[in-house]
Amino acid sequence: MDSKMIAVAALVIGAGAGFFIGKGNKEVVEVEKIVEKTVEAKQTSTLDAVRSKGFVQCGVSQGLPGFSNADDSGKWAGIDVDLCRAVAAAVFGSGDKVKFSPLSAKQRFTALSSGEVDILSRNTTWTMTRDTQLGLNFAGVNYYDGQGMMVPKSLGVKSAIELDGANICTNTGTTTELNITDYFRSNNMKFNLVAFEKADEVVAAYDSGRCDVYTTDRSGLAAQRTKLTKPDDHMVLPEIISKEPLGPVVRQGDDQWFNVVRWTLRALINAEEMGVTKANAASKASSSKDPALLRLLGKEGKFGEELGLSNDWALNAITAVGNYSESYEANVGPNTPLKLDRGVNALWSDGGILYAAPIR
Amino acid sequence: MNWKPNTFSKFANDANVRGVFFQVVLIATLVFFFFWLTDNTLTNLSNQGKSLGFAFLSGTAGFQISQTFGTWLFDYQVGTSTYLDVYFIGIANTLLVAVLGIVAATVIGFTLGIMRLSNNIVFRAFATTYIEMLRNIPILLQLFFWYFAVLRSLPGKRDKLEIIPDLIGVNITGLYLPAPVPQEGFVYSVIAFALAILLTFGVKQYAKRVQAQTGKITPVFLIGTALVISIPLITFLATNSPLDWNTPEFKDSGPMLRRGYQSGSGMILVPELIAVWLALSLYTAAFIAEIVRAGILAVSQGQTEAASALGIRPNYTLRLVVIPQAMRVIIPPLTSQYLNITKNSSLAVAIAYPELVSVFAGTALNQVGKEIEMIFMMMMVYLTVSLLTAAFMNWYNDRVKLVER
Ligand SMILES: N[C@@H](CCC(=O)N[C@@H](CS)C(=O)NCC(=O)O)C(=O)O
Repeated sequence: MDSKMIAVAALVIGAGAGFFIGKGNKEVVEVEKIVEKTVEAKQTSTLDAVRSKGFVQCGVSQGLPGFSNADDSGKWAGIDVDLCRAVAAAVFGSGDKVKFSPLSAKQRFTALSSGEVDILSRNTTWTMTRDTQLGLNFAGVNYYDGQGMMVPKSLGVKSAIELDGANICTNTGTTTELNITDYFRSNNMKFNLVAFEKADEVVAAYDSGRCDVYTTDRSGLAAQRTKLTKPDDHMVLPEIISKEPLGPVVRQGDDQWFNVVRWTLRALINAEEMGVTKANAASKASSSKDPALLRLLGKEGKFGEELGLSNDWALNAITAVGNYSESYEANVGPNTPLKLDRGVNALWSDGGILYAAPIR
Repeated sequence: MNWKPNTFSKFANDANVRGVFFQVVLIATLVFFFFWLTDNTLTNLSNQGKSLGFAFLSGTAGFQISQTFGTWLFDYQVGTSTYLDVYFIGIANTLLVAVLGIVAATVIGFTLGIMRLSNNIVFRAFATTYIEMLRNIPILLQLFFWYFAVLRSLPGKRDKLEIIPDLIGVNITGLYLPAPVPQEGFVYSVIAFALAILLTFGVKQYAKRVQAQTGKITPVFLIGTALVISIPLITFLATNSPLDWNTPEFKDSGPMLRRGYQSGSGMILVPELIAVWLALSLYTAAFIAEIVRAGILAVSQGQTEAASALGIRPNYTLRLVVIPQAMRVIIPPLTSQYLNITKNSSLAVAIAYPELVSVFAGTALNQVGKEIEMIFMMMMVYLTVSLLTAAFMNWYNDRVKLVER
């Protein structure tokens, strides 16, 4: 091609883009209104799609121990992973009918809205923007968290308020970036943010001394700390600078699938409350006289059918991954490398804020 | 009446009519395809409660961006700067690495390419090893290698390695240089510089005329360099040196966190930029070296022999006979390498350099969720930059290519 033609093409495209950006908004909205009126919104059912392909495609992190992490043999584990397995069990009767897509924080919402995954279960904070502007719905909270900061002990810092002028490492595409900016702004402090796409690079950069501070969800700090060369040389500062309710996300506009995910999570929490475990679920289902328990385990009522599943949906989910507490203790609890106490994530009846609507 | 079938077969056998017919079918299919695509997109978006539009661009961005050329150029302020500013910052940072990368890769690539043809075995072996190694390792790995190699080998934040004491120093947080702070009257030096360049062009024209008339060769390069240096320098000194330097300030006492280079002093090149620059230019240089070698080899030995038969001295032979002909072969593939640098710069997101993909299609996209609009805006930037690069290189190619008489 000759150079003049290319230059003209570039200018035309540039000008076109400028025009589109400057003026396009109004027109696009108009076009959209027309289209909206003429086109019947066709609902595609995720549940049907999942059934016909035979598995649930679940978006998880690229490796956050305790939440979603693949071991050397490629087997995924963690509380976020358990939730996906529970949903798979509720739909198919087996917790193995699930495939995992590791996603960075940056990719996750696009992957969900484009249909690449059916559920996003990846330590994702429920915020109003995400819920109302990204075309997503949060199906509940499986871990109540807050943002924290980790520093090397050698820095001699005792509180986040002393961090004026610090270099801070974190992940892009997270609430973390926003909270840390808010915190420093409201305290009139300066800082420099170094934001990586992948968590492993954040760890490596912080470990090498590029940053004074590593900030993310406190659970994330506990998990990533285990990857540092000398975890004991670092400490988490006392401040919790935000609320980070983490939970599973689905696409907006498919209430049936939304309900399946939402009630699977609630079934696991209700199971803990009623003392139903992975081991005793089947026997309780056949021997118990408690009507609430019989409803949960599908022996009374048609709760499963109303969801579009079989009536033993919750029994299957519990048998696959255990109740909430079992999953918690196995993945993030005090006996794991993360050593996280139940804290606010205890049941409401134990002094925490975990409170699941009843199945009735 | 039997004219109907006849007309039909006449039309069907007419190449022009058939051509028009198939073009109409093709266009109709395309229009239908785009309609279907738009329609589907809009339906899916509205099913998710989303809409298309660019209004989000005027929203304020609530996140900090690593201090770089872009944030400096657009004076980024959290809470007042908008997503449109973030877009421009991303573009500025992308262009910065692209330009730096193109310059460095060209210099290194040409040097290596010539080394590879050298008679000196050490040079040749070095160039060959370099080229074979670097072009066979994926660029992303090289990026990580340089980033973490750079980070691991530099002194910590509270130490420094001084390159020129008190002026230039480096540690893990970056390379610190004195920052020029122009004072009143500095414009005159800038104007003098521009004039000196114009003057050099004048000298070049004049030299051409002299050579055409008398055959004498004027040392244009030497004269030009002298002009470009001396005229602004004299102006600068005559106007009382109106330029201050803000030198980097280093503290090694006081609270631990405060030690090290002080922010706001001097000029800083962050390690992320250095690593991307190194990785892009060293990787691409390997390809450019091969292009240069091929270009030089393409000029047949006979050309050099003919030149010496005409009594042209060897250094002129290279400049006037070999290089101009080699350039014809070099320019087109060189253009693709330049385009590659621009596009590969998007890999920098992996190591936290805030270029377009990272800061706009990453951080900002995650906050506002306008995938279609934002990816479109991002693609337009790469497309425009690529087309402009191609246009420039084609223009240059037209100038150097063989003019057939
Ligand atoms: N909860 C926050 C942060 C989530 C996040 O991405 N955290 C990082 C750091 S803990 C992470 O999960 N990294 C693991 C990975 O990328 O694989 C959000 O939803 O924006």
